[in-house]
Amino acid sequence: MEDILKLSILYATVRMATPLLLAALGGLFSERSGVINIALEGLMLAGAFTSAVVTYYAGNPWIGLLAGIGAGIFISIIHAVACIQFDSDQVVTGTAINILMFGIPTLLSGALFGTTGSTPQIPRADLLPNAPVVIAFLLVPFVWYVLYRTPFGLRLRAVGENPEAADTAGVSVSRLRYSGVLLSGALAAIGGAYLSIGQSSLFTRNMTAGRGFIALAALIFGKWRPVQTMLACLLFGFAEAVAIQMQGVIPHVRVEYIQIIPYVLTMIVLAGFIGVSRAPRALGRPYVKE
Amino acid sequence: MKLIRELLFPTLAILAAFVVGAIVIAAIGDDPIETYRLLIGSAISWPDGIGYTLFYATPLIFTGLAVAVGFRCGLLNIGAEGQLTIAAFATAWAGISFAHSPAWILIPLTCLAAILSGAAWASVPGVLKARFGSHEVINTIMMNFIAVGVASALTQTYFKEPGDAILETGPIGSSAHIPRLGQIIPGIPARLPLNVGFLLAIVACALLYVFLWRTKWGYEIRATGANPSAAEYGGISVKKQIVLAMAVSGGLAGMVAINEVLGYRYRYYQGFSPQYGFTGIAVALLGRNHPVGVLLAALFFGALTRGGLFVDIFTEKVSKDLVLILQALVILFVAAEALFRRRIGRTQIQG
Repeated sequence: MEDILKLSILYATVRMATPLLLAALGGLFSERSGVINIALEGLMLAGAFTSAVVTYYAGNPWIGLLAGIGAGIFISIIHAVACIQFDSDQVVTGTAINILMFGIPTLLSGALFGTTGSTPQIPRADLLPNAPVVIAFLLVPFVWYVLYRTPFGLRLRAVGENPEAADTAGVSVSRLRYSGVLLSGALAAIGGAYLSIGQSSLFTRNMTAGRGFIALAALIFGKWRPVQTMLACLLFGFAEAVAIQMQGVIPHVRVEYIQIIPYVLTMIVLAGFIGVSRAPRALGRPYVKE
Repeated sequence: MKLIRELLFPTLAILAAFVVGAIVIAAIGDDPIETYRLLIGSAISWPDGIGYTLFYATPLIFTGLAVAVGFRCGLLNIGAEGQLTIAAFATAWAGISFAHSPAWILIPLTCLAAILSGAAWASVPGVLKARFGSHEVINTIMMNFIAVGVASALTQTYFKEPGDAILETGPIGSSAHIPRLGQIIPGIPARLPLNVGFLLAIVACALLYVFLWRTKWGYEIRATGANPSAAEYGGISVKKQIVLAMAVSGGLAGMVAINEVLGYRYRYYQGFSPQYGFTGIAVALLGRNHPVGVLLAALFFGALTRGGLFVDIFTEKVSKDLVLILQALVILFVAAEALFRRRIGRTQIQG
């Protein structure tokens, strides 16, 4: 019995960590290029909603997933254009996108299905298998390789650390930042799609419930590095898994206290109590060509 | 001339948002003009339209001011949501624990609970920024979630009435209720939930103006926001200003609880705020971080909220979520001010 419980917690941890990891790796590309992405929550919602709707109509989760990725990229273009083209405040724009993507799915599901924010149930056979879990964890070494061993990764990090120098060396700052933000849209959308057509069988209002922000926290907790970010996602996924399993087991410890652990830990790390977590130097700073 | 410029960009942003919104409405199959007529018409009818518009604007004035103070100091407080959540809980806590006190004790006590708890909650990211340099945006986001978690855990453990299916506290003592405007001003129907909290919001606008532009503290906050290194060089303690600005910001956000808990719901319940804290960012940006601008912007968003309810009921397909989309579009356009500025700059050169 105890073994089953341990095993199920392990399984649940991986399942809970998957959407976080996908969104966090996406955020990593954006933030390493110098663009703050607090819109991860909204990008996940875009992926979750679109893939649920398209899967419902097309009857094929892969088409749904692709559509979700498309939606994530589309919404991230708004963030990219505002931040890179028009030098908007990146946090403010991200907040606007989160509000936008809170509203659009509910507006559209009302118009399409006459509901207040949920899509119709998708038959079990049409749901996504556990592929996103595999994708997410295989992505970690891949992202590591891209970031540290390819010219693209080197340039991406360069524009996030010192855009002036990168520009002088002939690297296009805005093109790399566009790539970073669009990649974050694609990956966060896969994370969202996994929630709606993988773990669940429909989209519900505000289904991400703050996971985009936990992913952001994991990214900071993981010091903007792929492997550490994965470990942070597993830790936060574990906290979520324990919170679910604990529900009502110990009467005097409320699950809420376990659920807030990731947030408290992130604040502690950010304050420098557990090693220094240093953001990319040019994070949040629009690059204006001299 | 300056005034015209100050009004021009927000107006352009609103117009642009409504144009994009109209495309969205048309795309999902409703008539944009009819929808906007409903949205605005139902918000400015007397007495119910205006009464509810003012009522919905009240919390937004507080959160708009809260975000604006932060901006003036160069801080982005996206934690107003958490600050008002903790404040609402603390207000209910005080209102329940001292339920049998007379009104002249209980009302000031609960108001203090609202302001001080909001200020304290916001001071934490302020101190963390001042002491360790950690970014207030991340910390305030984290504390939004912590606030909801702590308030609901405490409510569940200590304040929930047995058998209540909703996660809410019991009612506060009736002597803590603040009057509705209909009870004290003739001509306003008493059925409107508009209460003294609205008057308090106007007073807060005036006080904040005086604080920011007529006191030494306000000057130092603005100097820090304008140029921290110059302020430091000029003998201002930037660290102290950061904590002060966050505390004032949180206190203002906490005052939402006065309107919601003491003036309307008479209890705390989870999810009472439809993201007032985030709308506050839109209000502050649209109001250009000035108390008068914040007041006008809050009235605008209050009207949208009121009108949205009618759009929800009387249109075929569009729901009240249209308001969220308009709000997001307004923020996007205000933030991308360069979009308009470049265009205008160009025409001026050509002309």
